[in-house]
Amino acid sequence: MSEAKHTVQLFATCLVDVIRPTVGLAALQVLERLGVTVTVPTGQTCCGQPAFNTGCLDDARAMARYTIDLLERSPVPIVVPSGSCGDMIVHRYRELLADDPAYAPKAERVAARTYELSQYLVEVLKVEDVGAQCRRTIAYHPSCHLLRGLGVRAAPARLLEGISGACCVPLSGAEDCCGFGGAFAVKMGELSSAILSRKLDAIVKSGADTVVACDAGCLLHIEGGLRRRGSSVEVRHLAEVLAESE
Amino acid sequence: MNSQPMSFHRRISHALADGALRVALDRTTERFTLKRAAGLASLPDSDEVRDRARAIRLHTLSRLDEYLEQFDAAVTLVGGRVHWAADGQEANAIVLDLARSHSVERIVKSKSMVSEEVHLNHTLLAAGLDVVESDLGEYIIQLAGETPSHIIAPAVHKTREQIGQLLADKLGVPVTDDPAEMTATARAALRDVFLRAEMGVSGVNFGVASTGSLAIVTNEGNASLAVTAPRIHVAMMGIERLVPTLDDLTVMLQILARSATGQKLTVYTDLLTGPRRGDLDGPEELHVVLIDNGRSHLVGTEVGEILACIRCGACLNACPVYQQVGGHAYGSVYSGPIGAVLTPSLDRGGPWHSLPDASSLCGACREVCPVRIDIPRMLLALRARAVHSGKTGRWVRIAFRLYRMAATRPWLFRRTVSVGRWLMELFAVDGWLHRLPPPLSGWTLSREFPVIAGRTFSERMRDRLAASG
Repeated sequence: MSEAKHTVQLFATCLVDVIRPTVGLAALQVLERLGVTVTVPTGQTCCGQPAFNTGCLDDARAMARYTIDLLERSPVPIVVPSGSCGDMIVHRYRELLADDPAYAPKAERVAARTYELSQYLVEVLKVEDVGAQCRRTIAYHPSCHLLRGLGVRAAPARLLEGISGACCVPLSGAEDCCGFGGAFAVKMGELSSAILSRKLDAIVKSGADTVVACDAGCLLHIEGGLRRRGSSVEVRHLAEVLAESE
Repeated sequence: MNSQPMSFHRRISHALADGALRVALDRTTERFTLKRAAGLASLPDSDEVRDRARAIRLHTLSRLDEYLEQFDAAVTLVGGRVHWAADGQEANAIVLDLARSHSVERIVKSKSMVSEEVHLNHTLLAAGLDVVESDLGEYIIQLAGETPSHIIAPAVHKTREQIGQLLADKLGVPVTDDPAEMTATARAALRDVFLRAEMGVSGVNFGVASTGSLAIVTNEGNASLAVTAPRIHVAMMGIERLVPTLDDLTVMLQILARSATGQKLTVYTDLLTGPRRGDLDGPEELHVVLIDNGRSHLVGTEVGEILACIRCGACLNACPVYQQVGGHAYGSVYSGPIGAVLTPSLDRGGPWHSLPDASSLCGACREVCPVRIDIPRMLLALRARAVHSGKTGRWVRIAFRLYRMAATRPWLFRRTVSVGRWLMELFAVDGWLHRLPPPLSGWTLSREFPVIAGRTFSERMRDRLAASG
């Protein structure tokens, strides 16, 4: 890690805020343990991705402007513990607000300093061992928007391999979607369930006791499915396992 | 029109409940996906070839009117004739007129998606003509009275056991599940068809604007026979199916078969330039039918790049939705991610507005597309169009309007979360909901839903700030 003092703001995302706050706490803990000063802008809600993916562009635009204003209050880098919300801020805000003379430049600025958590740790801080310890057999599910949207393929795996005591096992069809897709899981529930079923089979077959991903949406989906099956496989966000120490 | 989302959902349910279909799809989509990866790996720099292919296709589309005129002139110069069809009805009328004016009774076809798009067979059969498909997959679905479920493998939805039974039922041969034996049966039946047909109708993979040549790729050699044995060759092609030069064609051929089946080239690549001119072989007449059928309206729109598609089918094989339900669930001849964009775009008045919803936006299609079409971006554009035109369900629009109100007012967001938590806790067991009411019940078909956290991250941060301050 470089010597310069790092300061970031954490955009927790709505799912982490409301459903799984432990991910936000864990991200905070990991960053602070590495000497990063973390601020959490108050008033954060939702990046607008669900509205955007459904085609409700006016609503998505309103939420994007709100979030941009929130993040523009500070000039420091933005860290997001979610591949899909990160992709929304980095790629979609620009196109959504391209015709808005007031917000287009702000969207560009925000996009340029937004990082998904694993990306920030590995690419900016140059850290692969965050000092975590846990006894888990881990299967990693690369979430689609992190992998194919932000193009972050290696960082999460490197961080997992850096955990002392953890063992990573391959997941068959790892890069296949879990079938979440936000409103897709509700509007096309049957189809989404069929796609999830294949993912759950692969997780169970992998022999892992923990499945890890970098997106609270996929985690919510996979955990909800595993619970319905009565499986004992635990579901964790990358930040949560990186925050563990024995 | 309102019944369509229901029937799309019903088609999906049927597909998911079809055990044989799941077996067939599992066997093939994975094999195609693996072979594609190996095929592209055999190119020294597949990324660069894909970039060049994309540039060629986009350049062609940017000057499509010029290249179409050039192509028309070139085909005419080598002795062929070009017919322009504004829509499917015109295209079918042109082919039917050609058949009638040449006293044609028997037609042999090689594979053509655009002829499926305009339902050519239906028109020809209704006029009393004898039409036989010669591509093995197309032959099978013609016997079964079905439509193709995959761009390059039309009978992919059938298991070999089902095909063996079909051939036995329709042709009176013994039941078998041996593909070689089934192929021999079809070959024997088709040989006579090739020899007796007066007209051969084919598709076109690429038309070459500078030379007027038609490139047709097959693995069975059926197109070679269908377009040379009969007296008349009618080639059907969408207006976007052009490349400027033969050099450009070689770039496209490098990635077409690799993306489709993983082959470096298909077994047969026919390059046809005009009808017979003093040779012993070849048709006496060549007619090229250029079909618009909604394409020209797409140029320059947010879905315009879909016209760059080279019909390799890679996006179907890679799509988690297609892998589950196959092609017929989409309800149109083009299925999978490409179909979910193309169908509602070509037929804007049609009942297709929920097709773009059948995607988790995972991006696998964009990743495998040989010409890098951003299909998820187009699905999003079509979803936005459905919202804008009021075709998306009212509850969806109301839900997001309310969500937006809450998400842009922190106090309201907090209040909504509190009310939501209270409501959820009423029905939860161990912090999880087993059943959600409509319209959210789709989630709890197979998943529990967690109750909102006792204290949100924001609440904890506020406490932390208060404690430290």
